[in-house]
Amino acid sequence: MLRADALEAIYPDLERRIVVTIMGAVAAELYTLGHRHNFFYLEHAMGLASSMGLGIALALPEQPVIVLDGDGSLLMNLGTLSTLARYKPGNLLHIVFDNESLLSVGGFPTATSTGTDLAGIARAAGVPRVAETDTPADLKAAVEEALASNTLTTIVSKVEAVGPKTFHMDLPLLENRFQFRRYLEGLRGQAHE
Amino acid sequence: MPVSVANSRLIYEALKSCDVKLLSALPETWLVHLMRMADDDPDMTLVRIAKEEEAIGISAGAHLAGVNSALLMQNHGFFAAINPIVSLALLYKIPLLMLISYRGHWGEKDPWQTQGGLATEPLLRALNIPIWHLNTTADIPRRIKDAQTLAHAALHPVAVLLSRELMWEE
Repeated sequence: MLRADALEAIYPDLERRIVVTIMGAVAAELYTLGHRHNFFYLEHAMGLASSMGLGIALALPEQPVIVLDGDGSLLMNLGTLSTLARYKPGNLLHIVFDNESLLSVGGFPTATSTGTDLAGIARAAGVPRVAETDTPADLKAAVEEALASNTLTTIVSKVEAVGPKTFHMDLPLLENRFQFRRYLEGLRGQAHE
Repeated sequence: MPVSVANSRLIYEALKSCDVKLLSALPETWLVHLMRMADDDPDMTLVRIAKEEEAIGISAGAHLAGVNSALLMQNHGFFAAINPIVSLALLYKIPLLMLISYRGHWGEKDPWQTQGGLATEPLLRALNIPIWHLNTTADIPRRIKDAQTLAHAALHPVAVLLSRELMWEE
């Protein structure tokens, strides 16, 4: 499947939730579907979207947090799976789009193209729920089950190595950062009322 | 193990006075008491990471979610985190309160620590990260609070270097 179609299928599940994405194609495709102040695009620091998601999930335990990760990014920070599994925040959903490629930097194949199994690594790290999906409908169903389960879940979704026509996003990094922080501040305010 | 429990306690109390609610750490000799105090404190979330890079992401997430955090790391752990310090904390103007055990500096007996000791301050300076040498007990509450205040005002990482004379009792 195309990641763009997968994102479109789950957009209604993302729309009102805290979302942290990696840089590149995923960020641009989500932005194109419709930017919201509850979306944060980590435009560098490859591998750390899941660590940011963990920090947010621990700080706001009542709020669901969804991380959109990729194979190249996750391979740069495999230790994150052991840390996520250690603390198991039930409000964290970790979605990995695996296109077996470092697409945004020229399409070089990653180790998942030669057999590295990210879902298997997540399971072995101790992530309590791991799912694998390869159609937009299956992904949507897995996302909704994960959100209902209140259990830390990693979903690995194989997608084609196809990116958007443009990576342009009319959103300066710091504008995104301050918008997102304001949004989270609002959630904390609601929680305290 | 002659790591100072009393000074670790003062540092921990200073972090509590700064309303720090989340600490990330990777086990390191000079930090063991601080980690145990965090572990024993029901009001503190201690995140034991696999590598210090993760800690920059975790603290960035906590900051954006409105929670004060601090990072306990050895200077070699700071080296391991340099890319995310640049490409997350500096890029996105994220305050970080980094408490760094300053291994390999004056009085170091372990040869394997010494290159790290030599590189710590030049690297912090290269990243334009303000440094405070925490050497004396009397300084602990004031200077940890000062570090957090500056980090939040500047939206920038700051480094408190935990010295041998503070952490180690010969």
